[in-house]
Amino acid sequence: MKRGGEKAMVPDADFGSYYGRPVVKETVWGPDIPAYLFLGGLAGASSALAAGAQVTRHAELARALKCGAAGAISLSMVALVHDLGRRMRFVNMLRVLKVTSPMSVGTWILSGYTPLALAAAAAAVTRKLPRAGFAATAGAALLGPAVASYTAVLLADTAAPAWHEAHRELPFVFAGSAATAAGGLGMLTVGPGRARQAVRFAVIGAAGEIAAKSLLLQRLGATAEPYQTGRGGQLMDISEVLTAAGLAVAVLAGRTRVGAPVAGLALMAASALTRFGVFEAGRASARDPKYTVRPQRERLADAASREQ
Amino acid sequence: MGTTSPATTRNLFEQETGLTSGPGLDPSAVAGYPDHPPRVGFFTDTSVCIGCKACEVACKEWNNVPEDGLVLTGMSYDNTADLSASTWRHVAFIEQPAADGDGDLRWLMASNVCKHCSQAACLDVCPTGALMRTEFGTVVVQDDICNGCGYCVSACPFGVIGRSETDGGAHKCTLCYDRIGDGLMPACAKACPTESIQFGPLDELRERAHQRVADLHTAGQPDARLYGADPADGIGGAGAMFLLLDEPEVYGLPPDPVVTTRDLPRMWRHAATAAGSIIAAVVVACAGGRR
Repeated sequence: MKRGGEKAMVPDADFGSYYGRPVVKETVWGPDIPAYLFLGGLAGASSALAAGAQVTRHAELARALKCGAAGAISLSMVALVHDLGRRMRFVNMLRVLKVTSPMSVGTWILSGYTPLALAAAAAAVTRKLPRAGFAATAGAALLGPAVASYTAVLLADTAAPAWHEAHRELPFVFAGSAATAAGGLGMLTVGPGRARQAVRFAVIGAAGEIAAKSLLLQRLGATAEPYQTGRGGQLMDISEVLTAAGLAVAVLAGRTRVGAPVAGLALMAASALTRFGVFEAGRASARDPKYTVRPQRERLADAASREQ
Repeated sequence: MGTTSPATTRNLFEQETGLTSGPGLDPSAVAGYPDHPPRVGFFTDTSVCIGCKACEVACKEWNNVPEDGLVLTGMSYDNTADLSASTWRHVAFIEQPAADGDGDLRWLMASNVCKHCSQAACLDVCPTGALMRTEFGTVVVQDDICNGCGYCVSACPFGVIGRSETDGGAHKCTLCYDRIGDGLMPACAKACPTESIQFGPLDELRERAHQRVADLHTAGQPDARLYGADPADGIGGAGAMFLLLDEPEVYGLPPDPVVTTRDLPRMWRHAATAAGSIIAAVVVACAGGRR
């Protein structure tokens, strides 16, 4: 309990608050969750790209991406269970399926996706059961994008203003960020010059991510502040710099022995920082009552003026 | 919040969302109790609250809610700070300069509690089914099912429910489910010496609340207003309503709370489109040229 240091504040002039205390609760989720947002996105988008690479006969890239997806989704599972208040009861997630709960829907998506991603990787590594491997690859490619984008709904379906108000753009930010990471993984893991598909994928992903982010900032107005200031803003800024640097290296030196892995790492790090930045922005917006009270006041004022 | 009738709100909400946690006045029926007792709740009339905190104490005693730190906050007489996993009734104390301008003090006190929303975000987002709607229309956490995922904590528009650092589970007011099932009054209402906390069938309480506001207006208290009493509001009306003497945010309450799941169908559509865009990106990335 951090009550000891609480001091009575003078609230901002244009809105009342109870000693400046938050109206909604800050999330109790720890760093496991943004880590999962990154890893789940990396896995999902990697599975999708792996299928594309396999169909176009880029076996090395497909294999690397499948292994990466299997590893990332395994770590995701550990992170998700680790974050629970009662870890031994993680299996209670499978008691029900509720469309009103993005966490419930996500659990079922993961339950379908994870075995497929693991099977696809196992078949690629052992080179056994190619048909089953192909079926698993295709299944993982279809479910993977859902794994990458549902996590945006997971955050948006809360009372944290910066998450909820961003519900239109956030799925596209996450999808783009996931593609950036998967492209980065491809550049990092296959020989230079053999990752052109990965480079293109990363370029498309990064472009989508940047576009969705700027839409988000525009539309949210004052609620966008936590994405631009404080820790959230810092992380988002570093992510943007890394994305730009990663893309520049990928395009200019993506075929060199040093350039490809450096670009890949930069893009993966950028994706992770985007998720941590979004996570921190949501926390900050829940902490400060002005982000909760002001938009609600404006909404009431609008409704009142419409009635007149 | 406007003047929409409950029936219109219900239809619009169902059309837009198809959600299971129904709005309007009868959430128990929507939750699958065909024959159920009348919906019950609280009417907390803060105009007669004297800040004795008997409700906080009675709640802790009856529900065996653990102690959560004996700290001085500097917030008037409020040393509990907010609702949480270990505080299910919380008395707020607000010191204001009185309207007469003579340097006198107006001291507002209000006992806050879970709203038992008609459209409850905590219940909607709970992935295990631990949070449930009772036959009385209240919202309760089943402690033997909750796995401590913490989703409800972020979903509640009032910041009511919390996750315990001791047992890892989510906890909040049960509206004394064990007492009302036996025809008893919830512990807080029973202990309240001024009947600031009133318990009963929600319909009756709502009528009484409107009457009380009218009386206070007549008696020269134009500040008096109801909070959570409108079934057309963003949570379908609360199961625990309040009579306040200032803006809700002064008491730490959101002025226009909306259940987050109201936008969920739209969110799912955006997520589906975003997932589709990943597949489109794969096609573009892989289709162009060999290597």
